[in-house]
Amino acid sequence: MLTMDEIKKRLLLEVAGLHDIPEGAYNIRADGKSAGRQSSAHITITPKENGSGLDIDIQPGTKNESVHIPVVMTQSGLKEVVYNDFHIGDDCDILIVAGCGIDNCGNQDSQHDGIHRFYVGKNSRVKYVEKHYGSGTGSGKRILNPVTEVYQQENSFVEMEMVQIKGVDDTNRTTNAELAAGAKLIVRERLMTHGVQNAYSKYVVNLNGAGSSADVVSRSVARDKSYQTFDAKVVGNAPCSGHTECDSIIMDSGRILAIPSLEANDLDAALVHEAAIGKIAGEQIIKLLTLGMTEAEAEEKIINGFLK
Amino acid sequence: MLELRNLSFSVTEENRDKEILRGISLTIPDDKLVVLTGPNGGGKSTLAKLIAGIEQPISGQIFFNGQDITGLSITERARLGISYAFQQPVRFKGIQVLDLIRFATGKNTLSVADACDYLAAVGLCAKDYINREVNNSLSGGELKRIEIATVLARGAALSIFDEPEAGIDLWSFQNLIQTFDSMRRSIPNSSFLIISHQERILNIADEIMVLADGRLEQSGDKEQIMSELIGTTSAVPGCRKVEGGDSSVC
Ligand SMILES: Nc1ncnc2c1ncn2[C@@H]1O[C@H](COP(=O)(O)OP(=O)(O)OP(=O)(O)O)[C@@H](O)[C@H]1O
Ligand SMILES: [Mg+2]
Repeated sequence: MLTMDEIKKRLLLEVAGLHDIPEGAYNIRADGKSAGRQSSAHITITPKENGSGLDIDIQPGTKNESVHIPVVMTQSGLKEVVYNDFHIGDDCDILIVAGCGIDNCGNQDSQHDGIHRFYVGKNSRVKYVEKHYGSGTGSGKRILNPVTEVYQQENSFVEMEMVQIKGVDDTNRTTNAELAAGAKLIVRERLMTHGVQNAYSKYVVNLNGAGSSADVVSRSVARDKSYQTFDAKVVGNAPCSGHTECDSIIMDSGRILAIPSLEANDLDAALVHEAAIGKIAGEQIIKLLTLGMTEAEAEEKIINGFLK
Repeated sequence: MLELRNLSFSVTEENRDKEILRGISLTIPDDKLVVLTGPNGGGKSTLAKLIAGIEQPISGQIFFNGQDITGLSITERARLGISYAFQQPVRFKGIQVLDLIRFATGKNTLSVADACDYLAAVGLCAKDYINREVNNSLSGGELKRIEIATVLARGAALSIFDEPEAGIDLWSFQNLIQTFDSMRRSIPNSSFLIISHQERILNIADEIMVLADGRLEQSGDKEQIMSELIGTTSAVPGCRKVEGGDSSVC
């Protein structure tokens, strides 16, 4: 049983879907300190010597196991930078659940910058889920600046699901990936901003090996006076295939800048980008009105579906 | 019962008014299935949109079960029991077929089995479709059937179908007709307005109405109108051939 207050427990549920300690390996970081840590037979979690983060070693051949490393913060004014390095052996098949929830009731900014590096061995499969969530009524901002670096060896497969739906005032997300031959990366990002929030999301994916591929898809909604930038670059340095897509809905006075870019440095690099920004299609609202919904209900259903 | 009184509609194009419906008066009684037909561009879909509240008439009135609904919103009309299957159904990213059927019934808790019954009624193998997204991945005919299923699910007092047969394969056609039949029997006092160009759908009508160039040209019993329609070679004047050339100019 974890000794955490109700707010922290609620944040933990939001970002990691956890009611209590998870199965398998985990580290729960609460207000800058470890609130619980456990290694498993094949997964070792070791704190870095200077206390600035974790080394997570996953033995080759580890299958169907999971690692949870959620972060929760409730102390106004706390600022932290955390480095977590995942060393994943060959032939693994694992689930990694990260995520950060901040509850800020004070008037000082709270900030968590998580730097995650993934070294993925040959033929390994990794599913990475990261949720960001903010709550609290204080005037202090909730700031999250995640940096994700992914180094994929031959024929590895990484699927990343990144979600930020509510309550984060300012976010600056950077994701860099390097893929060797036959490696595949799938990214699914879902983002919703409210109020005067600001979100910047930048991806650079280098397809270095023959037969590597990447599919980076972002779906986002900007409401009120919020502003988003989506900047995704796919670089083909070998015979490879890459696709990026930014599909966005703007509402109220929301604004979005999409900068998809491609760089082909090999004749056999096949790269595609798509970007679409617009308000909710009028005919979608009309259809739901004819089913008896109000306009507000129709909008909510359309947005919920879009971000599902 | 639906009653339209002298309903007119026009749009402004290049600063000129274009009349699309001119003084339409008609009645669709309870327990009747009316088929509305007529040439392309005659104004059938526009009439359906006026009834559903999607477009507003420039003059005239709409009564539904005795109540003047001319000023009511789409939502209010839907809640009174008007349901409309679009000619061109709308696609939604991320919304699943199950969601859409639940929205239509207004029951968030509608069981998957009950939702599947509506899909089965339009000839879709429910387990293959119930979790599909109503997005671009659906074929035209699949989307059309799902649209019809949502109107079935609403079980409204007045159901309007705009060319339900469009894109539906021949084999399923007979099932579609049976679906209308069983829908009629399962909703007491229900009335139907089906917009169609298909003789087999005209055949199940109690009454047929012909709309051409924004006017209600004919209306009456099926037998009477059918015999008149079959007599004419074409409902609209054809294109005038340009002499000496093979291109036609309207
Ligand atoms: N918003 C609009 N702006 C301009 N013209 C319009 C508009 N809406 C409808 N029209 C015109 O009104 C006429 C009637 O259109 P409508 O879609 O009602 O025809 P229809 O009878 O349903 O035809 P079809 O059998 O091809 O479906 C057409 O000439 C169409 O181009
Ligand atoms: Mg039409």
